[in-house]
Amino acid sequence: MAQQGEARPSRWRWLLIVVPYAWLFVLFLVPFLIVFKISFSTTAIAQPPYTPVFDLSAGVAGIFDAVRQFTVDNYLWLTQDALYVRAYLSSLVIAVVSTGLALLVGYPVAYGMARAPKRWQMTLLMMVILPFWTSFLIRVYAWIGILKKEGLLNQLLLWVGVIHEPLTILNTNWAVYVGIVYSYLPFMILPLYASLERLDESLLEAAADLGCRPIRAFWRITFPLSIPGVVAGCFLVFIPVTGEFVIPDLLGGSGTLMIGKTLWTEFFNNRDWPLSSAVAVILLLILVVPIVVFQNQEQRRAERERG
Amino acid sequence: MTRTSRFNVVSVALGLAFLYLPIVLLVIYSFNASRLVTVWAGFSVKWYGEMLRNQALLDAAWVTLRVALISATVATVLGTLAAVALVRFGRFRGRSLFSGMVYAPLVMPDVITGLSLLLLFVAVGFARGFWTIVLAHITFSMCFVAVVVQSRLVTFDMSLEEAAADLGCPPVKTFLVITLPIVMPAVLAGWILAFTLSLDDLVIASFTTGPGATTLPMKIYSQVRLGVTPEINAVCTILIGLVTAGVIATSVVTKRREVRRQRAEELAAVAP
Repeated sequence: MAQQGEARPSRWRWLLIVVPYAWLFVLFLVPFLIVFKISFSTTAIAQPPYTPVFDLSAGVAGIFDAVRQFTVDNYLWLTQDALYVRAYLSSLVIAVVSTGLALLVGYPVAYGMARAPKRWQMTLLMMVILPFWTSFLIRVYAWIGILKKEGLLNQLLLWVGVIHEPLTILNTNWAVYVGIVYSYLPFMILPLYASLERLDESLLEAAADLGCRPIRAFWRITFPLSIPGVVAGCFLVFIPVTGEFVIPDLLGGSGTLMIGKTLWTEFFNNRDWPLSSAVAVILLLILVVPIVVFQNQEQRRAERERG
Repeated sequence: MTRTSRFNVVSVALGLAFLYLPIVLLVIYSFNASRLVTVWAGFSVKWYGEMLRNQALLDAAWVTLRVALISATVATVLGTLAAVALVRFGRFRGRSLFSGMVYAPLVMPDVITGLSLLLLFVAVGFARGFWTIVLAHITFSMCFVAVVVQSRLVTFDMSLEEAAADLGCPPVKTFLVITLPIVMPAVLAGWILAFTLSLDDLVIASFTTGPGATTLPMKIYSQVRLGVTPEINAVCTILIGLVTAGVIATSVVTKRREVRRQRAEELAAVAP
């Protein structure tokens, strides 16, 4: 019966797959090939501002001709100018540190949620998700008013008497860390909560019966079992943060080097499309390993859930 | 049965305070009479009036709303199809490429997505503006829809579809009459997610836009760069209010449907 049921809708089945498949192929995959192609062309003062690498209308001869015009100048430029190398490294450092901070902040929250009374859990989950629905830009903007020199945080600290001079937080890397942890916290909390909530509590009871102290039980049982959530959360934060633009631009200062910001500047201010394409290609190469690992994880999780 | 230790309560409370305090402060200061955002000078709604007189801002809001409505609707259809293809059709040729293309946009940095789509539009000579933003938004938000719908489909009881097929129901009808109503809450959640992602997007829209199509985030961004103003706080407050109302309304509706469905299933189970 099942076989018959699967054989019949084959025409529909084909159509079902083809539509989203074609869409993603044309609007997600092909653009990357174009970025790759343009990263090998030279900048020109024209519209669009690059020399076309090859023109299909010129046929095979045209392609050969074009391949000879391929230039790796953009990539050489990226390796020679220390600014770009430092921007890549500093992006990675900022991404790693802020992922770690998000884990430190998010884990206790997720743990507390998973241990809360069952009837509260749905509400708590809603409350963590709700800020995520409000605009990212607005949430970053909200921090400007808090962190700036005459902002609310300094006013509070001065009033309490912890400091006597207002601190400079806005336009430093500290503000970038605060902004990233704040904006990406729900991405960390949700997978952590999902894995902690599934934890079989009889394991902890057994450990307690056998005389294991709670902290030890946490490190020997709870934490190892929550590792899938930790890994998923870290990927969900680390990968997009590496290419983040809005947060370093609005909260960071002139000393904040992040590659997303560099790409934006090259593109919008210097109008150097081939160079920004090369920046994007290298960023993608850096991120391709974490992205593939993340995908495999998600796929395996989806398959596990299906059972 | 009380495992709610003090540590757990404190960590959840602090976490939620951290998530909500900046937004609450932003809303409070939108009612500040002073132009200086950080000095409280009494309650006033004058910035809301100011905002309503700002034609450029209203135009941008209108563009954003249209982009979000169109792109969320198309993305929901495409994303649902993608989810069905991933969950139902087992292994087909090119499946791993397909699932890769569904998952990658979820974490792809916006600058890369934006730049690559722009270069595509330039390469094919597509006039940039309103429609290129719509196409770009459909592309990344359909993947979010696919993931949301997929997580609902995997828990779906296949025997319902098989029963319909046994009773001679054609596959398309089965999908529309049985499957779709059951996964509807997830489809709806996907639509709202796509809608808010589109409302929210600054980077991809900035890359793919053309003359005459300025979205609200682009407008907010260019004003924020010049400094914090209470007017922007007012705009943000209205957006937050709309999104909050929308999310709460949907969750109430979904919950009610869920309860009704469960009751119906229980009745069906009791019936001989």
